[in-house]
Amino acid sequence: MSDQDDIILSELNDEELVEQMFDDLYDGLKEEIEEGVEILLERGWTPYRVLTEALVGGMTVVGRDFRDGILFVPEVLLAANAMKGGMAILKPLLAETGAPRVGKMVIGTVKGDIHDIGKNLVSMMMEGAGFEVVDLGINNAVEKYLEALETEKPDILGMSALLTTTMPYMKTVIDTMVEQGIRDDYIVLVGGAPLNEEFGRAIGADAYCRDAAVAVDTAKAFVARKHNQMNA
Amino acid sequence: MVRDMTNALSRLLETRDWLMADGATGTNLFNMGLSSGDAPEMWNVEHPEKIKALYAGAVDAGSDLFLTNSFGGNASRLKLHGAEGRVRELNRIAAELGREVADAAGRPVIVAGSVGPTGEIMAPMGSLTHELAVEMFHEQAEGLKEGGADVLWVETISAVEEYKAAAEAAKLAGMAWCGTMSFDTAGRTMMGITSADLAKVIDKLDHPPLAFGANCGVGAADLLRTVLGFAATGSQTPIIAKGNAGIPKYHDGHIHYDGTPSLMGDYAVLARDCGATIIGGCCGTTPEHLRAMKEALETRPRGDRPTLDEIAAKLGGFSSTSDGTDGDGPERRKSRRRG
Repeated sequence: MSDQDDIILSELNDEELVEQMFDDLYDGLKEEIEEGVEILLERGWTPYRVLTEALVGGMTVVGRDFRDGILFVPEVLLAANAMKGGMAILKPLLAETGAPRVGKMVIGTVKGDIHDIGKNLVSMMMEGAGFEVVDLGINNAVEKYLEALETEKPDILGMSALLTTTMPYMKTVIDTMVEQGIRDDYIVLVGGAPLNEEFGRAIGADAYCRDAAVAVDTAKAFVARKHNQMNA
Repeated sequence: MVRDMTNALSRLLETRDWLMADGATGTNLFNMGLSSGDAPEMWNVEHPEKIKALYAGAVDAGSDLFLTNSFGGNASRLKLHGAEGRVRELNRIAAELGREVADAAGRPVIVAGSVGPTGEIMAPMGSLTHELAVEMFHEQAEGLKEGGADVLWVETISAVEEYKAAAEAAKLAGMAWCGTMSFDTAGRTMMGITSADLAKVIDKLDHPPLAFGANCGVGAADLLRTVLGFAATGSQTPIIAKGNAGIPKYHDGHIHYDGTPSLMGDYAVLARDCGATIIGGCCGTTPEHLRAMKEALETRPRGDRPTLDEIAAKLGGFSSTSDGTDGDGPERRKSRRRG
């Protein structure tokens, strides 16, 4: 047997438990994460504290190593899946307790593009960072994006494309937003393998995000800036 | 490995020590008026003359091999355009048009039936099972075979599971195949596969490819680092290098890759020095780039295997410091459970 059996989560103190949950998120161990969340709640932690200190904290480590080329898509999917297990427990409790909202994002892959791996990673990491995410799926025409902006009133619009044949469609969406005079109401983030920073600038996005971890950091920075402006 | 000499590509590889493949499909179709978001495969039926012009562009520039316009021609991808019932037809026509152009070339030109990824994540991480992936690739392979493709050309793959499914489909269709992966994430594929990993995978396949390698990815320099990685494994299977012509830039509603024909000429010669046998371009590579590559390959002598510094000096730097094959990459977090 492995030494896996040697760790009994309920016997760890809070600090050790959170550290162990970082490990378990990193290793994509869903059941262990669910157990850890339950233990912290039993010990009187607020759902918001469990989310931010244990889950978001752990996913930040995963995101950093993904950004640095240490972890790749399979490991991140496993980690996100483990986090989802914990989130399923926390979500109803967070709603009840009226925890603060980090921000909201509408995200989708553009028309003609079926790829959703990168977009799903961004969704998961954004949720992992405490954002509310509305996922429009793949193959979204401009009307679909506009409708979602209208009904969901997000802070951020995220668009993804994996093909050189579909990436110009992002500009179609942004141009339409400009025409309708709503471009500046949203933070527009774009991403996908064939894109780069210069492309993002050229089509009028607020930022290009190289990967899911960068997307989270960028989203946080822009939302903070937006809130500051509103309070100024 | 006993090479199957009934195949046109095997015969060509027997007589030549390098072959030039083609360039981009998407970039060139855009230049002909394809709209963003539309399925390029529909043009096989709607604009066959443009698809033949695409193929002829490569052949006239000196390519020994070109890929059919069928990259997204599997059921999963075509479903997006409501055309999942037309897999066989669209692939057959893609290859038939290719056959016409190749047979009129007056020299041996290989029609390689392009097979791109499904776009889905395979089980157990995702929902696409091995059986279903094999079935989708097999359906596409039968269409390409029917249309007269000489080989299947599996490209831009990121997961080993998908690469293996395509190999099995090629076997079921009774076709020789070549297969490349896209190394676009810190020198590895999106799924974390290194160049050395891929070389190991093909050695264990029950229906191995005639040639293997890398396509697309980041830029020409990264792609050659990957080729050096293949060569370092000592693999006896011919290596394919199909790199992008620089990186994409956006100009007046068009995507333009910043790699010049002259840079791609340098890339082609360096690719050969790195150990590649089949050399072509990927996104952004136009017939003009191909002509420069052909001229460089024909007129410049072979050189020693270049170092990473020499590659960077000629083609620009790399996207990451390590590609995961040198043991110098950053390490994983230590965890108590894993020890």
